[in-house]
Amino acid sequence: MSIAAPVTTPDDEAQLVEAVADAGARTVPLAIAGGATRLGLGRPMQTAESLSTANLTGITLYEPAELVISARAGTPLAEIETTLAAQNQRLGFEPVDHRRLFGSQGTPTIGAVAAANVSGPRRIQVGAARDSLIGLRAVTGAGALIKSGGRVMKNVTGYDLVKFLAGSYGTLSVLSEVTFKVQPSPETEVTLVLNGLDDDRAVEALSTALGSPFSVTGAAHLPAGDGDVARTLIRLEGFADSVDERMKDLVALLAPYGATESLDADATRTLWRAVGDLEALGAPDDAAVWKVSVKPSDGPAIAAAARAAFACRVVYDWGGGLVWIATETGGFDAGAAVIRDAIAPLGGHATLVKASDAVRLATDVFQPLAPPLMDLTRKLKARFDPAGILNPGRMYAGV
Amino acid sequence: MTHIAMPAIDEAVIGRRDEIVAGLVAILGAEHVIATEDERRAYETDALTAYRAVPLAVVLPGSTEEVSKVLAFLNGTGAKVIARGAGTSLSGGALPSEDAVVLGLARLNRIVDIDYANRVARVQTGVTNVNITNAVAGQGFFYAPDPSSQLACTIGGNIAMNSGGAHCLKYGVTTNNILGLRMVMLDGTIVDIGGSECDAAGYDLLGLVIGSEGQLGVVTEATVRILRAAEGARPMLMGFDSAESAGACVAAIIGSGIIPVAIEYMDRPAIKVCEAFAHAGYPLDVEALLIIEVEGSEAEIADLIARITGIAEAFKPSTLRISQSATESAAIWKGRKSAFGAMGRIADYMCMDGVIPTSRLPEVLSRITAICEGYGLAVANIFHAGDGNLHPLVLYDMNDPDQLEKAELAGGDILKVCVEVGGCLTGEHGVGIEKRELMSEQFTQVDLDQQMQVKSVFDPGWKLNPAKVFPLEGRPAVSA
Repeated sequence: MSIAAPVTTPDDEAQLVEAVADAGARTVPLAIAGGATRLGLGRPMQTAESLSTANLTGITLYEPAELVISARAGTPLAEIETTLAAQNQRLGFEPVDHRRLFGSQGTPTIGAVAAANVSGPRRIQVGAARDSLIGLRAVTGAGALIKSGGRVMKNVTGYDLVKFLAGSYGTLSVLSEVTFKVQPSPETEVTLVLNGLDDDRAVEALSTALGSPFSVTGAAHLPAGDGDVARTLIRLEGFADSVDERMKDLVALLAPYGATESLDADATRTLWRAVGDLEALGAPDDAAVWKVSVKPSDGPAIAAAARAAFACRVVYDWGGGLVWIATETGGFDAGAAVIRDAIAPLGGHATLVKASDAVRLATDVFQPLAPPLMDLTRKLKARFDPAGILNPGRMYAGV
Repeated sequence: MTHIAMPAIDEAVIGRRDEIVAGLVAILGAEHVIATEDERRAYETDALTAYRAVPLAVVLPGSTEEVSKVLAFLNGTGAKVIARGAGTSLSGGALPSEDAVVLGLARLNRIVDIDYANRVARVQTGVTNVNITNAVAGQGFFYAPDPSSQLACTIGGNIAMNSGGAHCLKYGVTTNNILGLRMVMLDGTIVDIGGSECDAAGYDLLGLVIGSEGQLGVVTEATVRILRAAEGARPMLMGFDSAESAGACVAAIIGSGIIPVAIEYMDRPAIKVCEAFAHAGYPLDVEALLIIEVEGSEAEIADLIARITGIAEAFKPSTLRISQSATESAAIWKGRKSAFGAMGRIADYMCMDGVIPTSRLPEVLSRITAICEGYGLAVANIFHAGDGNLHPLVLYDMNDPDQLEKAELAGGDILKVCVEVGGCLTGEHGVGIEKRELMSEQFTQVDLDQQMQVKSVFDPGWKLNPAKVFPLEGRPAVSA
C-alpha cells in the first residue's frame, strides 16, 4: 500500500504551509502521511496527490529534568525512543507499531502517533497518547499555521486544540511539530500470569488487580486457542524492592483465580511489546481486525457475540475494555453489524482497524456518531479544512 | 473601579427582563428562578471579587431536561448565559453581566452511579469535587484532581476550567480523568460525548469541551475515572537558603526517575503567613520550603523518602523533616491548602497562575519580586514546583483603586515573563476575564481565530459566557 503520487515532501514548516495553501488554491485533495505505516487505517480515499511529513525531522527540545520532548512531525519514533532511553526515560503511553498488523514497511513517525492517538497497553494506567501530548504546531486546511498548548506540564490557556487534533487522522490539519510529556523508565518490571481462566473470570481478575493499590501498568488477557491455555497478564513496574513487595501482595489478592507464575524483566518487555503490536492475534493478510472500546466488564459479552456469529480470534487489553477481534469470515461487513449491535445497548465503540478496501468502503470504519455529534463533526471539519482537502473521507464520508 | 473592559450590554435584553423572567418561571416554577435584585446580587461575582455585575436573573434547574428547556427558551431572547458551579473561579470565569442569565448548577448535585469494577463514577456536575472522593473513599478509591478549593468547587467548574491541583504531577488534570460528558447546547440539544470507555469515538470533543470555560455548552453530567488510593502517603518538608537550591533539588529528584505525588513550594513571605494560620511547623528561617509527598506501602514510602533525602543532601537543605504521624501530615497539608485563605486575612491579593519551564524557576522568582517592588507591592509565592505552575500572590489594598490598578499591571507583567521564558498564562485557573487581554502575548491572531472558529460552531451568536477567554478586539462579527 502506498500513497498517491505525486508526493510533496516539504523540508521545513514554511514549505509545509506553502504546500497546503497551494493544494487549497487548486482544491486538490491530499493524502497526508508520515512514515506511511498505517495507511490501511481508515476509509479508502480518492486523493490525486499526497503530502508527506517525512522530511520534517529532528528533535527540537529535550529537557529530561522537565520530562518534556519536542520533535518535528516526521521524526522517526525510533529516534525519539532511543533519545529518551539514553536518559532512562520513555513515552509512557507505549505507542504501538502497526507495521506487523498492516504488513507495511516504512518508518513510524512521532507525528502519526499524535495524529492517530496511538497508545499501547500502558494506556490503562497513564492515559492515551493525547494525554501525554502537551503541545503542537499544525497547518490547517486553510493554510493557517497554528499552535496550541506548549512545552509546560500544565496549560489551560485557550481551548485545548491539542487534544482535539490528536486522533483526527490528518483530517483537520497537518501536524508540523509535537511536544510530549515523558516519564522515567522503571528500574525493573515483572508480569504475573494467571493460567486457564475463561474470559469472564479473567476480566474479573484484571478488574481486581486494577482496583488494587499496587499500580498495575498492564492488564491483558489472551484467551485459549489452538491448544494454548488461556493466559491472563498483569504487569508491575518500578523500583525492584517495591515491585517485589507488590508482586507478593498481588499474588495473595489473586489467589482465588488459581495458580500464578511470574515473568522476569526481559520476558516482560518482550511479552508486552507483543501484546501491544498484536502478535497474539496472529492476523494474516486477509483478516479483518476490529478494535472495540467498552467498559472492561462488557468486553466478554462483545467477544461472545462475535464468536457466536463467526469464527474469530480475540485478545483483551486495557483490563478487558479493549477487545481486539480478528476474523476471516465475518461476511461482507467483516462482522460490523454483529459487533456494533452488541455494543449498542452497552455503550462503547468499534473501529474496523484493518480490512480490504472493498469492505472498508462498504462498512463504517469508525463508529457511526449520533446525529448531533456528526453535525458538530462536519461543522468543525469545515472550520479547519473549508475546502475539504486534508485526508477527505478518511474518518467519515464528507469529513 | 474596574480596569478590564466588558462587552457592550444589550439594553434591549434588559428591557425585556420581565418577559424573560416570566418565561423562565413558566419552565422551572417561581421557586427556582431568582428575580429580586437582593437575591440576584448574591451571584454578582466569583472569587475574582474586584469585578461585579448583577445578572438579569438566576435559574436553578434540577435536571438536564430543565437545562435544555431553559437554554432553548433563552436562545430566542438574546440573553447571554453564564453557567455557574460554586463561583470559586479566580479568573472571573463565572462573572455575569447585566444582560445575562446565570444558570446555577447547585441543584444538579447527585452522584448517579458508582462502578468500582470499571473504576468510573457518573455524577451530576453540581457535585463538589471533594464529594466525589467522599462517596468512593469507603472502598479505598478517590477522584484525582484536587484543586485547593475542592471543598467548595464543583466538578462542572473543574470541567469548564480543566482544573488541576497539588497532586496532578502524578495523576493528571481534569481532562485526563473524564471519560464522558452530557452537554446541553444553546439551542437545547442534549449531546452525549464519550461514555465509560477509553478514547471516545470520532474527534476528541471531550478534549475540546473540557477547558472551554463554559463557552461551548452547559455540561450537566460527567463520567469520571476513580482510582484506587495508594496504601499510604507521607509528606516531608525541606527548607533551603535560596530559591536556586530548592529549584535544583526539584530538578534532581525528577531527573533521578522519581515522580513524587506532589512537590509544593512556598517562599518566605508565604511560609510566614501559612504558619501563623495553620501551625503546621513550617520553618520560618528559610527562603524556600518544599513539601514533597510520596505514596505507596510503608516499605515503599520509606524507600522513596530515603532516595529523596539522599538526592537532597547535595543541595544542603537547612531543614529536612519527615512527617511522623497522620496528624502532622494533615497539618502540613492544611497549611498549604489554606494558603490562599490565610493570605486573605492579611491583605487583598491577585492570585496569578502562570506556568514556566522548571529550569527557569530561580530566575523567574527574582524577576517576579523585582516587578512587584517596581509597583511598590509585596508578593508571596506558593506553587506546584514539580510542574512549574506558579501562584504569585500580588498583595494590595482593594479599597485603594490605585493599588488595584498596580496589582493588575504587576500581574500582567509577571504573566508576560512566564510566556517569554517558554511557559503560559494559566496552568489551572483559566483565562476568564482576568487574562483575556493577555492572550495575544501567547497566541497569534491566527491561533486565536482558529479557537474562536470553534466557539462559533457551538455558539454562533456568542451568547455563552462571551466576555471571557478571547480579547475583545479581533472577535468575529456576530448577528444578535
